[in-house]
Amino acid sequence: MNPKTTSYFDVIHPGILTTIQDLGRYGQSHLGLTSGGPADKQAFLWANRLLNNAENCPVLEVNVGGLKLIATTATTIAVTGANAPLTINGHSKDTWRSHRVNPDDEIEIGFATQGCRIYLGVVEGFVVESQFNSVSTVIREKVGGINGGALKAADRLFYESSPKQPLYALYANDIPRYANLITARVVTGYQFDLFERSELAKFFSNEYQVSAQYDRMGYRLSGPAIQSNISQLLSEGICNGAIQIPPDGQPIVLSVDRQTIGGYPKLGSVLSLDLDLLMQTSQGATVHFEPISIHYAHTLLHLAKAKYTETKLIKVAL
Amino acid sequence: MQQVVHYPQIEIAGEGAVIIYLDKVANNTTIKKISQLKHSIARVLADSVVELVPSYASLLVIFDPIKTDYYAVKKVLSALLEEDTSEIESTHKTIELPVYYSLESGPDLQSLANRSGLSVEDVIEIHQKTIYHVYAIGFAPGFAFLGEVDERIACPRLASPRAKVAKGSVGIADRQTAIYPNVSPGGWNLIGLCPQTLFDPDVAPYLTYQVGDSVKFDAITRHEFLALGGQL
Repeated sequence: MNPKTTSYFDVIHPGILTTIQDLGRYGQSHLGLTSGGPADKQAFLWANRLLNNAENCPVLEVNVGGLKLIATTATTIAVTGANAPLTINGHSKDTWRSHRVNPDDEIEIGFATQGCRIYLGVVEGFVVESQFNSVSTVIREKVGGINGGALKAADRLFYESSPKQPLYALYANDIPRYANLITARVVTGYQFDLFERSELAKFFSNEYQVSAQYDRMGYRLSGPAIQSNISQLLSEGICNGAIQIPPDGQPIVLSVDRQTIGGYPKLGSVLSLDLDLLMQTSQGATVHFEPISIHYAHTLLHLAKAKYTETKLIKVAL
Repeated sequence: MQQVVHYPQIEIAGEGAVIIYLDKVANNTTIKKISQLKHSIARVLADSVVELVPSYASLLVIFDPIKTDYYAVKKVLSALLEEDTSEIESTHKTIELPVYYSLESGPDLQSLANRSGLSVEDVIEIHQKTIYHVYAIGFAPGFAFLGEVDERIACPRLASPRAKVAKGSVGIADRQTAIYPNVSPGGWNLIGLCPQTLFDPDVAPYLTYQVGDSVKFDAITRHEFLALGGQL
């Protein structure tokens, strides 16, 4: 693709796994395409909000860190998500705020110390050709982003050059806290009623650890095995956050890059607000599950939406 | 504990998702009903539904829980399920796909024949004489699960999946059959190759079939396969 803009970041170091994401690809499951989108939607939304962008503007999702970019023209960026050292021309900068960038500036994101996914947005978003109504990269499907893959050295990340604009930051109290011990609230559903009550009690009263197998498709956990006497299911649609119980009884929480259908029994789905926090954890983190009703889940989502809308940003400079 | 389940059933799937089970088993009638229901829901709940995933005997309905809620969605779905759809004309197509069945294009054809106690010719004949129905699309872009394979040639997945299955490979797993639309890992028993591109991400409508459609395979010769652009 040849975008009209001539402004871009040169990718010097692509990082461990960096992809371009918007809010996701919907209405394409008839082709077998999954949604993709940001693993931590709240951090993604804040990156765009700090830039006064529309919600769905394309942002970089930097997994773990190790990114280095050089700007060709002036623009404004914002960095949110996992705690990771951000520097511009070697000078340490705060995350959860926007920063002015000048031509030839070197932007570096080091490795995350708490959380594992960092979001870097630019004014008006990265300019990428959309595929099936979204730019979200799903590597397994080779769809979205730059040629359906992760960022590579020497890639160019195009953006529209923009005039100077106000810089914003988030109040410290409004910044999400990423922890190694989280409670994931679960809207019970799917085959929930077919599990023995003793197995459900086991699931909700024990702690599970994030195993070595955790990625944007899903988090495989380890802990007391959950048994099910459920005979083989026909494959069925899987929603974001669904908790699968495979034959070995070790739960898998499915996320944005999950396959659209699957045949393992499921207990319900993790509340999106908590799934965002789970997706910031790494191997060894502890997860505790708590059942909630659909009614309570709706209430929590509306409250979170109201809080997000009402949150005031700090205007840091012009 | 034995539970008596009445269909259709609407269950919660997540904070913004419900799943409708139309039946315990999948067959041609169920999947066509699901496909019709999908179109009705897309029309009636256009403002709040973000994704509809039909699969075998169920339909997952994903909605925006800020714009609407479980109770409102369930009410609409219950009403739609009560509507008589028998009069609605089916929009489903039958797609004919050429397949070059042979030992060179189907590396598991011989072992499947041995396992079934049939000749290779019989396996091919049985596979291509059945009319299949698209029960689900998933696993990979454009991958359609087709059923049901004649019991005589049903065969479990390979004990160890192949790292690389060729584009167009026709496979059997249990009582399902499918064509790999692209190179991918896979554990199905491969019996032939289809020269036709099934999923093209650059050209609308991208995919040859949709859930509820019927598929028929036609055996072709090596020469025809190559003439249609097939590669060995």
